[in-house]
Amino acid sequence: MPNNKKKKLTPVQQEYQQLAKKREPSRPVFANCLRAFLVGGIICVIGQGIQEMFVHWAGFDEKKASSPTVAVLIILSIVLTSFGIYDKIGQWAGAGSAVPVTGFANSMSSAAIEHRSEGLVYGVGAKMFKIAGPVIVFGTVAAFIIALLHMIFNPDIVGGS
Amino acid sequence: MIFLWAFLLGGLICVIGQICFDVFKMTPAHTMTSLVVLGAVLDGLGLYDPLIKFAGAGASVPITSFGNSLVHGALQELRSDGWIGAITGIFEVTSAGISAAIIFSFLAAVLVRPKG
Repeated sequence: MPNNKKKKLTPVQQEYQQLAKKREPSRPVFANCLRAFLVGGIICVIGQGIQEMFVHWAGFDEKKASSPTVAVLIILSIVLTSFGIYDKIGQWAGAGSAVPVTGFANSMSSAAIEHRSEGLVYGVGAKMFKIAGPVIVFGTVAAFIIALLHMIFNPDIVGGS
Repeated sequence: MIFLWAFLLGGLICVIGQICFDVFKMTPAHTMTSLVVLGAVLDGLGLYDPLIKFAGAGASVPITSFGNSLVHGALQELRSDGWIGAITGIFEVTSAGISAAIIFSFLAAVLVRPKG
């Protein structure tokens, strides 16, 4: 905990916090990382397999094949989420199932399903982006800033009329 | 061979995410946001494309590739359409992922009852 936050607490609260910190079960970081590594790796291998299928059977080139691959993975993930399977995998795998795009799709579909009872607009429409929203917002702003930096430091790339 | 590299790099990026969870005590939203920005910055420096070439889906399936695609779209339109491309191009490449996720999440919410 940062010091500036600590100062506002009374001594009793500080004592409590230290006690709570001692009692907090330490997380099995190594085992968690191993699981994340395995599951994340397997999801990427599945993705690679789907990509190879698009390249060999549908005539996409390597670069173009990654978009449909991501779409297929997202559909698979949402189907698994609908049956409650993806969340079971997530409990075991931690970041291994959260970090691939399948986790992005899972965060959207599980929030949408969970909040269905609050209505289609405020429930499904709004709550769908609980986790995906920040990801899209920060990704978009970062991409815009990076494009601006490219324009400033490398004006030659700006094409058009 | 590309399958092995995809496994290794994809797994490694997930381990970075797990370390954010466990060691830095970040929430899933913070972790995913950081990874997306990381992917965007790497692509801005021109370092993400070599990763995709080297590890295929190992680099294009983790969420970092979402940041990479956002920057890619912006720079691509910047080259073809001039300065306005920095705004018009951002979602050019990521359309597949975002559209699929929105459409099928909506359908799932309409068709499926929540579990547990």
